[in-house]
Amino acid sequence: MVDEKFDIVIVGAGPAGISAAIPLAKAGLKVIVLERGEYPGSKNVMGGILYRHAADEIIPGFYKEAPLERHIIKQSIWIMTKGSAFQVGYQDLALDREPYNSFSVFRANFDNWYAGKAKEMGALIVNETVVEGLIAENGRIVGVRTGRPDGDIRCDVVVIADGVNSLLTRDLNLRCELTPDSVTLAVKEIINLDEAAINQRFSLTGLQGSTIELVGEITQGMVGIGFIYTNRKSISIGIGALVSELKRTLMRPYELLDSFKSHPFVSPLIEGGENREYLAHIIPEIEFNKLPKPYGSGFLVAGDAAGFGNVVHREGSNLAMTSGFLAAQTILRAKERSDYSENSLSYYKHLLERSYILKDMKKYRNLKKYLETHKEIFTVYPYMLSDAVRELFIVDNIPKKEKQKKIIKVARKRRQVCKILKDLYHGFRAFW
Amino acid sequence: MQNQDSTGVLVYLEHNKTELAGVAKELLGVGRILTDKLSTKLAGVLIGNRMESIAHEAIKFGAEIVYMNENEIFENYVNRPYTSAVVSIVKKYKPEIFLVGATTQGRDLAGSVATELKTGLTADCTELDVDPNTRLLYSTRPTFGGNLMATILCETKRPQMATVRPRVLEMPKPDAVRKGEILTESYTIKDRDIKVRLLELIESKSQEGPDLEVANVIVAGGRGLGDPKNFAILKELADALGGELGSSRPPVEAGWIGHANQIGQTGLTVRPRLYIACGISGAIQHTVGMRNSDVIIAINSDHDAPIFNIATYGITGDLTKIVPAMTEEVKKLRLSISKR
Amino acid sequence: MHTVVCIKQVPDTTSVRINPETNALIREGVPSIINPHDLHAIEEALRIKERFGGRVSVISMCPSQGEKSLKKAISYGIDEAYLLCDRAFAGADTLATTYVLAQAIKKLDEIEKVKLILCGTQAIDGETGQVGPGLATRLGFSQLTYITNIPDLDIDNQEITVIRKTERAREKLRAPLPALITLRDEANEIRYSSLRDLIRAERYKVIFWPKTVLGIDESQTGFKGSPTKVFKTYVTPARERGEILSSEEGRERKAVAEVIERLITTGFFVKGNDAKSG
Repeated sequence: MVDEKFDIVIVGAGPAGISAAIPLAKAGLKVIVLERGEYPGSKNVMGGILYRHAADEIIPGFYKEAPLERHIIKQSIWIMTKGSAFQVGYQDLALDREPYNSFSVFRANFDNWYAGKAKEMGALIVNETVVEGLIAENGRIVGVRTGRPDGDIRCDVVVIADGVNSLLTRDLNLRCELTPDSVTLAVKEIINLDEAAINQRFSLTGLQGSTIELVGEITQGMVGIGFIYTNRKSISIGIGALVSELKRTLMRPYELLDSFKSHPFVSPLIEGGENREYLAHIIPEIEFNKLPKPYGSGFLVAGDAAGFGNVVHREGSNLAMTSGFLAAQTILRAKERSDYSENSLSYYKHLLERSYILKDMKKYRNLKKYLETHKEIFTVYPYMLSDAVRELFIVDNIPKKEKQKKIIKVARKRRQVCKILKDLYHGFRAFW
Repeated sequence: MQNQDSTGVLVYLEHNKTELAGVAKELLGVGRILTDKLSTKLAGVLIGNRMESIAHEAIKFGAEIVYMNENEIFENYVNRPYTSAVVSIVKKYKPEIFLVGATTQGRDLAGSVATELKTGLTADCTELDVDPNTRLLYSTRPTFGGNLMATILCETKRPQMATVRPRVLEMPKPDAVRKGEILTESYTIKDRDIKVRLLELIESKSQEGPDLEVANVIVAGGRGLGDPKNFAILKELADALGGELGSSRPPVEAGWIGHANQIGQTGLTVRPRLYIACGISGAIQHTVGMRNSDVIIAINSDHDAPIFNIATYGITGDLTKIVPAMTEEVKKLRLSISKR
Repeated sequence: MHTVVCIKQVPDTTSVRINPETNALIREGVPSIINPHDLHAIEEALRIKERFGGRVSVISMCPSQGEKSLKKAISYGIDEAYLLCDRAFAGADTLATTYVLAQAIKKLDEIEKVKLILCGTQAIDGETGQVGPGLATRLGFSQLTYITNIPDLDIDNQEITVIRKTERAREKLRAPLPALITLRDEANEIRYSSLRDLIRAERYKVIFWPKTVLGIDESQTGFKGSPTKVFKTYVTPARERGEILSSEEGRERKAVAEVIERLITTGFFVKGNDAKSG
């Protein structure tokens, strides 16, 4: 047992944990963050896009000093077949100036810097320490147990932010084991490429950045998504699919990535680059109705550990940050009342429900099911779309009106009209 | 000591009381080459008790002069008295180059001698050369785990000191008729010389384990062995070639073989004539300890294993079949390994 | 009793890469660690403190980044850490380094007389093994290198008994304090830090000692005080990838025979019936 008592123990020095640590330390509370990695960020992986708004809330103007790669001004989605891509994109000069919207980042660099900020505020960050369990007394969580000698710490509240594989939420029986269909496995490669080459290939200048999300053929019939993000001197390229899908097809993630990289429209973007690093991670995709209860007597749960994620919009780290921030608000309120009971901490749920976190997750709660039951989105529609657009592009001696008829005919060959209408209807419901 | 006064190449003659250490002979060999280039004399410094025959041996191996200091206090190596004796001889005879073997004794001694003389010392050299015009010693040594070679100069201080590992340089041939001078030096025992006492000496001629650092052939196994029993297959090959068993780290950690056989960053560094790596992937933590072997044969079922990048020959396939096949062939042809 | 551990912060040599164009070491992105051999010195010092009481200090001559390793040393349970840091120390070879370390020991003597210095046998980057002997010589401490075990420390008589392992033997030595020991890895295993020590290390402020504090004669330190200089460096010529033969099921003999034949042709292997003597 460590001699001193802390006000708050935060498990995990990732975006959620540090976003709780900063406001709490700033308010003068005695905060200790326990991180299992060698340094904050060393064990963290994400696609690579950080949203300004969430971090800005916690450190206003953070982007002026944080280690960021490029600021994103261009975003597109590519719907792929084996040989074609239907691309929808957007770029905006409004995103090319402060305060910016999003950035490409390296988690190891950013998280480490971010944790440094918490240290500046007075939080204590201890690395290479795994929290193995929680200490409970009379139905209330009063501390944590680590594997180290003298490794127990007592506190008023524990913030559980130990990531997608959270052991602690499992111990608390807050949620069951992650099932293969509630988790995506994504693999990513960082490919070093000359800054000038990146700017040229993606039509950027200076530190402007671009993101591309890709769906369709590249996930070879599985529910999943690919991505290409520009960093300063490298490209992050990755692909992920639901683990249940990978089990079904028996595809190995790195094989998927390799064939993705060699797609005729993808390979020119990374041509001549040098592989620097392979990373892999799992992303929670827990159904809205099955989300674990993120609070209890003496504890709160934030970030991936709580299952917060919005894959469709490529958001995860911002939900983690905001949830950490809201956890801090909850704790400050509880401290004022000297009440860390379950009832008092339930305020957290209230804040989450009022925020975009649960609102967005609620909105898209049927989306995953829809995609799983409508694999045609990945296998048929891209081709249908491609046929249609190709027909429009090809200039020949067929009159346009006939072309229109032809397009419809070909589409109907791919899928019956009533089915198409049903797909559209359900899709609309799932999105809206 | 400054430049102008010093001449001559001096070699520290390490010994085991009955004969010269192998590294001392090797140093006399390289010393001869350097001495000839500098047109000067090669001498040896011999500290011990009842050393006459060793002094003569040194002459046979090329020393023109042997500075010998015999005294009871030098019966067994202890740092302080040996350092004092060597320092006083160096100060008296002012060699421009002083070479010491990089053994535990040599490294212990060279560090204290160089510090007392306030001169430069370059450790574990793999190559030595001189420029006859500047009379500078160019000492080349590996650094950064062997990734980078550095050539070091000691421009103004004398003697220019260097240590060299055993079995790196060529062993010269002795010349029974060579003549030389033996100069006896005397030594006055000082108080501080007797402060550190040797209480007990437990010789281990045949040590608790193998001495991989002198082995000519090493047959090593890695994680790819799959089963501790497979070390027996490797042992047969090692025996047939007159070699020793080695290992990368995983089998040692799994308890399949002892730490004394471990080769690599956290084990031994070896330079045998032949290294046969079986079921070893070739991670740098291991190759750092064996990549200077003369010939490397790698056997692995994974044709992408990095070990193949440094192997002279590689065979992909099942080691449980390949290794016995090799043992058989070695025995059939009664193969032995040629000298370096 | 005051024990001092000397540590060095080194690049992790297994992750060092060479820039093929400039032939220089790529040091960026290579993590810095405490020289692994020094960890055993830290552990032994802590054990001595547990057995005999007293204090343990750790020193390191390093630019300011060395703070990280000193804090790590504190996290194992060391009492105080001193970073000997000054631009004047840069470019030092082992002689110039032992000068600065010796000055630091003399300074530590002012706090409490240093009786024992513990070091690793060598560093994984320079690998000279010269600093231990050099420092002992400068200070006139009993020099005890390649030690595997410390069976006894007699505080009253100020004597230490050690076991030294050489290529051929084990020596049992008794020496008067103060002494300097370089410790072989097999002496011990570094402990798993307690949470209390980790927390202390996080909060700990390393003590910086520049040249002014140490009373340094600049001609004996840094580049100026180094008799040896690097003339040139070059990348170790890589071994070339040799010939790879594949042996599918049943063709093992053939592959083996081919390799052996090649080695006989080059004269590496010698056949039994025409082997020369020796």
